Amino acid sequence: MTDLGTLVASPLEEVAPPRGQHGAAAWALWIARRLGLAVLTLWLVSILVFLATAALGDPIRAILGRDYNANPGRVAELEKLIGSDQSLISRYFDWLGGLVTGDLGTSLASGRPVSELISGPVQNSAMLVFLAAIVMIPLSFIIAMISAHYRRRRPDTIIQTILLAVAGLPEFVIGVLLIALLATTVFKVLPPVTLVTLGGHPWDNWKVMVLPTLTLVLWVSPYVSRIVRASLLEVIDSEYVELARLKGIPESVVMRKHALLNAIVPGIQVIALQLAFLAGGVVVVETLFAYPGIGLQLVDAVRNHDVQVVQALSMIIASVYVVVNLIADLLSILLTPRARTAISS
Amino acid sequence: MTATSDAPVEKVGVPKGGLVVEDLSVMLTGKDIDVVNDIDLVLKPGEVVGLVGESGSGKTTVGTSLLNYSRAGAYIGSGRVLLEGRDILSMKWQEVRQVRGEEIAYVPQDPASALNPAIRIGKQIVELLELRGIGTKESRLQGARDGLAEVGLPNDDEFLSRYAHQLSGGQVQRVALAMAFLPKPKVLVLDEPTTGLDVTTQAMVLDTMAQLCRTHGVSALYVTHDLAVVANIADRVAVMYAGQIAELGPKEAIFRAPSHPYTRALLDSIPHLSQARALTGIPGRTPAPGARPSGCRFNDRCAYAIDACRKDVPELREVAPDHQVRCIRAGEIGTWDISRGVVPDADPDRKRDIILSIENLNIFYGRKHVVHDVSFDLAKAEVIALVGESGSGKTTISRSVGGLHKDWTGTITFDGDVLAKSARQRDATNRKRLQYIFQNPYLSLNPRLTIEQIVKRPMELFGIASGKEATDRVVELLDQVALGPRMLKYQASRLSGGERQRVAIARALAAEPDVLICDEITSALDVSVQGSIVALLEGLRKQRGISMLFVTHNLALVRSIGSGVQILKAGRVVESGPVVTVMETPKEEYTRNLLSKSPRID
Repeated sequence: MTDLGTLVASPLEEVAPPRGQHGAAAWALWIARRLGLAVLTLWLVSILVFLATAALGDPIRAILGRDYNANPGRVAELEKLIGSDQSLISRYFDWLGGLVTGDLGTSLASGRPVSELISGPVQNSAMLVFLAAIVMIPLSFIIAMISAHYRRRRPDTIIQTILLAVAGLPEFVIGVLLIALLATTVFKVLPPVTLVTLGGHPWDNWKVMVLPTLTLVLWVSPYVSRIVRASLLEVIDSEYVELARLKGIPESVVMRKHALLNAIVPGIQVIALQLAFLAGGVVVVETLFAYPGIGLQLVDAVRNHDVQVVQALSMIIASVYVVVNLIADLLSILLTPRARTAISS
Repeated sequence: MTATSDAPVEKVGVPKGGLVVEDLSVMLTGKDIDVVNDIDLVLKPGEVVGLVGESGSGKTTVGTSLLNYSRAGAYIGSGRVLLEGRDILSMKWQEVRQVRGEEIAYVPQDPASALNPAIRIGKQIVELLELRGIGTKESRLQGARDGLAEVGLPNDDEFLSRYAHQLSGGQVQRVALAMAFLPKPKVLVLDEPTTGLDVTTQAMVLDTMAQLCRTHGVSALYVTHDLAVVANIADRVAVMYAGQIAELGPKEAIFRAPSHPYTRALLDSIPHLSQARALTGIPGRTPAPGARPSGCRFNDRCAYAIDACRKDVPELREVAPDHQVRCIRAGEIGTWDISRGVVPDADPDRKRDIILSIENLNIFYGRKHVVHDVSFDLAKAEVIALVGESGSGKTTISRSVGGLHKDWTGTITFDGDVLAKSARQRDATNRKRLQYIFQNPYLSLNPRLTIEQIVKRPMELFGIASGKEATDRVVELLDQVALGPRMLKYQASRLSGGERQRVAIARALAAEPDVLICDEITSALDVSVQGSIVALLEGLRKQRGISMLFVTHNLALVRSIGSGVQILKAGRVVESGPVVTVMETPKEEYTRNLLSKSPRID
């Protein structure tokens, strides 16, 4: 055994030692590449958004309606504002240049700057999604852990049946049922619509937030907990969990340290997808509760042909998608040693 | 441990240390079917007992039962596992957990998947002590460092902070050993800990294990399918078949005077390093729990079975001191000799009629140059073995010859034709005449097709036969590979590993090839199945004059099947020549080392 090293390429030396000094450089490169990809994605999205909004038809005709033929002066004024005498391409680059420098343009319908119009709704929606997320993430994990613990026994079956049923409901049905249960028919403890005082925020009265948040949580949690349960079960069947048990590690530690740590990564990915989905999907829920967020505003803007606001909101929703997924990928890699060391070495 | 009712503890005189298993049985949940039953076993302090069996014999089930653990779907039905007089099977689960790791430790089969990928190895090694609050932080860390040094691994902070995927197979296995030894257990259960390791690495791990057991006075149960490994490390051997111990005795008795027909059949199927053998398999397959025959469980595959064998389950009985056999005919069936089945080595001076020649083969993976200047040739009705450890390039060479990897330079001439780089560019005749059989029959056959469709396919593809004629030929081919015609309509997923590999061979033969490339085709199979596959290939070679390129890491197998051998190391041929010459008088240090590290039973 002693002379092995000289005879054979010793199997004990065949693995390169991990992590050199250039680990940081490798990370920087990785992040730079991912950011570059994110920018590229957003740029492609901007083209699609611009083309789609341009295809909506002549916004001036839509905004002025019957006044269009009666008021040529106003038409000329608006045409100048959106630069419709220029080509589509140069309008696109004007708009893109504005986006990059933070200038979202001026709303045609109201004549006010877009950034001023959307800042309130963006904050409101962000708050709603944030509240939904901090309730939904722990809730989903707890449900998944309980379910995995009782795998295929009665509590698990019951939980899975309920989750599947809830997952099958469209969000407005969930919302309507909650309104009937908690606001109008059965218990009348919560307001069914959002009433906001002028200049205030919806969350000034916590009761207002409960129903929209609950609807989003019920809408999204079933997916997340089902995925987390599945990956937990897979991990529980793995040989390292078996070894941990045979090593005499208490079951609670086995679950927490050995199983959950490895099951969390698929969970992160599905949470990211759902959060990004929420950012674009709050439309129905906000409309239902008359919650003054971007969903409600988007609906209004499309109805009013307020092209600039539609464009700005679309880009914000796209950015949330890209950023949330970027963060999820980063977290997944940080939590998966194999992937982490692959980058830094 | 025998049919007598004496308390075994006193009988074998192990008041301290060691482990006694009495009448253990493990059942399938919800059914009255046993996975294993009637297991009696004693591990004396400092003793290594080899528990040998083929897949489906229940050996791993017995191993984990010693820690009062059974996998999902099974439960421990009866029996006692006595550790210093305390019965582990009747303990409360809190006590069992206390015993696990600290008093009885387990070393898993595949540590690459048994170490947690998300926890640094240093932390994993001390985890148990930390949870139990044994020692201080410093003393635990020191213990981990000492343990790693003891198994010959680095023990600096950098190594402790690695993850399992940053270690090689041999290192991971040693970490698992160090981890198991750290709490100073009295008993160790090792579940095939060297499966999948190269011979040199295996030799190191086995040495380390044996040394640790001796120095710490630990008794070990070594669970394996590999009789050759057991012959090298065990003091006593228990041979399991279909959930029962068939034969139990000192190592010498088991290998010199095996008395159970199953033990003998197993030994007959194992190749030796020192001589070529005509290997044989065991007809039939190991019955699954619930499908086992009444009476002696081996009776339907046994050449010596009589009517009485089918009636009652035989008891283990003593045939020599400390040597027990579960066979009513033990002693009546003659003696056994280890050199049974020895045949002369392939004649190195025979006339060779070259069919395939490989010149200056250089193979690349992208910019990486993996195989350097390999040249050899293959004659008609000849088997050339490519031998080497993992990463030596043996499979890469066979894939290039087979046209599955096309990034190579050099000349491959097949019966006068220069072969194109990839199979796609070769003409149909050459593709038909050169067939490839893959290592893993579980992956190489489409599980949704029937056997008939699988075997027929090459005939249709190459226009050899079709329709009814083709079906007749399929039956013929299945018969040649010892599979019955009732298999025709089976889907591949219903077959066992050995049966699948036979189907893969039948599929290759359906193309009527002149050369077969066999890529580790027996390494995923049990030894008895390997024996029958080797016998089958030998028959094909003799009757049909088929030549074979046989890729393997098993030198003993080369001795029995090959006529020439190429020893590979890091993409280069280090030694080549007729098998008998290379193995009897190896010139290179590397070859000598491989030979000396290979476990042997002769």
